[in-house]
Amino acid sequence: MRVFKRDMKLAVRSAGQWLNPLLFFVIVVTLFPLGIGPGPAMLATIAPGVLWVSALLAMMLSLDALFANDFRDGTLEQMVLSGHPLTVMVLGKVMAHWVISGLPLVLLSPLLGLLMQLPEEAYLTLLASLFLGTLSLSFIGAIGAALIVSLNQGGVLLSLLVLPLTVPVLIFGSGAVAAAGMGLETSAHLSMLMAIVFLSVSLSPLAIAGALRVGVAAGR
Amino acid sequence: MYRLAGRLAPWFGGLCLLSLALGLYLGLVVAPADYEQGDSYRIIYIHVPAAWMSMFVYVVMATSSAIFLIWRLKIADVVAEASAPIGAAFTAVALLTGSFWGKPMWGTWWIWDARLTSELLLLFLYLGYMALRGALDTPQGSARAAAILAVVGVVNIPIIHFSVEWWNTLHQPATISKLDKPSMHISMLRPLLLMVLAFQMLYFHNLMVRLRTLILTRESRASWVAELNPETGN
Amino acid sequence: MRPAMTDSSVLLSATGMSIWRGEHLLVDEVDVCVSAGSIVQIQGSNGSGKTTLLRALIGLAEFDEGEIFWRGESVRRVRDDLHANLIYLGHKAGITAGLTPLENLLSLCPELSADKGESSSRDRIRQVLEELGIADRIDLPSAALSAGQQRRVSLARLRLQSATLWVLDEPLTSLDVNGYDWVKAEIQRHVGEGGAVMFTTHQALVFDPHPVQSIQLTGDL
Repeated sequence: MRVFKRDMKLAVRSAGQWLNPLLFFVIVVTLFPLGIGPGPAMLATIAPGVLWVSALLAMMLSLDALFANDFRDGTLEQMVLSGHPLTVMVLGKVMAHWVISGLPLVLLSPLLGLLMQLPEEAYLTLLASLFLGTLSLSFIGAIGAALIVSLNQGGVLLSLLVLPLTVPVLIFGSGAVAAAGMGLETSAHLSMLMAIVFLSVSLSPLAIAGALRVGVAAGR
Repeated sequence: MYRLAGRLAPWFGGLCLLSLALGLYLGLVVAPADYEQGDSYRIIYIHVPAAWMSMFVYVVMATSSAIFLIWRLKIADVVAEASAPIGAAFTAVALLTGSFWGKPMWGTWWIWDARLTSELLLLFLYLGYMALRGALDTPQGSARAAAILAVVGVVNIPIIHFSVEWWNTLHQPATISKLDKPSMHISMLRPLLLMVLAFQMLYFHNLMVRLRTLILTRESRASWVAELNPETGN
Repeated sequence: MRPAMTDSSVLLSATGMSIWRGEHLLVDEVDVCVSAGSIVQIQGSNGSGKTTLLRALIGLAEFDEGEIFWRGESVRRVRDDLHANLIYLGHKAGITAGLTPLENLLSLCPELSADKGESSSRDRIRQVLEELGIADRIDLPSAALSAGQQRRVSLARLRLQSATLWVLDEPLTSLDVNGYDWVKAEIQRHVGEGGAVMFTTHQALVFDPHPVQSIQLTGDL
């Protein structure tokens, strides 16, 4: 909880942290109509995928700095040495990351859905699926961010490590939105997403904490 | 361990050649042509064993990584490190042969079939593992980080596989899982199983050879390495 | 191998510590013993592995051979207890640029605000920063502080936290004469109260009346 508050405070002070992924999200979504053509029918078909892939990439972008700053200034090694359970602190950090980087994407997504001619029926599902999806993306991505924490240039490697692991989230998330757009039942997709959230929130802090210990030991 | 690997390697190599020769003979010469697919189906004698091994090797890698993380057994990490490129190679072979098969079957080199897609993602996991290993410079650090990644990966593989299946339910049912009631004729199945055996032996042979190299590299400062006969390596 | 632990005042001890850096044997079979009320200095030229050894001893770095004990128990089993009784000041100050010195110290010393509440712990921190001559910076972003001032903020932890063992890696870096004296006095006070200090430095330090045990590292990179 202390770690969560600390990170929130830092985010409020540096707007770039939450604003940049958000802008990235908006710009990537804007590129698709420009690249494909503005036909409303075409846009409506690809909207779920475009929105979801863009959100996924925006999350990746924000993950880079999750542990890197703390590693650089020595906060991370002090966390490891604090004598408190590292997994709990990790939980606080990743939750803060989600509130800073994930939640704004969720809240902005209906607006972008509008731009992408997303069918009306799909908006609620878009919100729900992104809400659950970005939460698990934060946790899955944090594993990658923790593994490369001691590297200076980890950005591309991070994507290489994490993107294959995010495939299920993408499939169920965009699947849910697409199904909702066609007026189909989405509870199956959403409950799968829910299951992934539970799994990643409960298991990934262990992997993250382990990876952070390794990273701190590798740095001088 | 180094000596053991040296002694086992030729055995695995020999068994591999034997079953490979027998499997290829039975598969390419004895087994009849499929009445729908003609002779092109014969590529499954490479494709299926390679695909099977790509998953088997990942499981080996993840298991030894877990052993390394829990008991800090260095040899387990060496096994994982040695396995990764072999597994990646099997995965690549499975993808390539799958695509060669796909050309006459589906009329296209690539189709977003569930199993091919899973295999592609598996290749990405292998490449990520190897990239992470290469990127971290301290040996102990890279070993433990890579081990964590392998374990995370193996937890995810069933989920990835399941989600990809869901995503694309339009694909042929798995061929090998129906062992008890074979959908293939026995004359086709026998060489297939032999080829699986051959690939398995190929893996073990490669593993032993790579283990020896890696052990030597890692223990290069140990006295027993200096005492090795440079001619025979024993 | 477990060393004889008849002396209950031994806090941190290690036997046969060896650390390799690639092909190079950096630390060769070093034994370390830090007891309550003692000062241990690790000496050696640049790149002789002082930092690496310090970090290995408290579980921040990997080592190849050796066994580490905290109060006679293998550190693998009592790691959290060691960490709860430890202050480590490393090359990195552990000061976040986006937070003020006050906020940094509050998050580095969680027991402070838990015990006393926000306002009285603020007073306590201000008092210590006053001694260190940087009380006027208490609410500025730490990014605006010089290296020496940031170092002073992290040194304030020596006064704010109660930990038996201090592990200080080059604590005098970028400090002026006043800071130097403050650190020396703090170490003397701490040792006088039964604590223990293990540190590295290039300066010669004399702590009258406490003797300094020194460990000389010869390996070089």
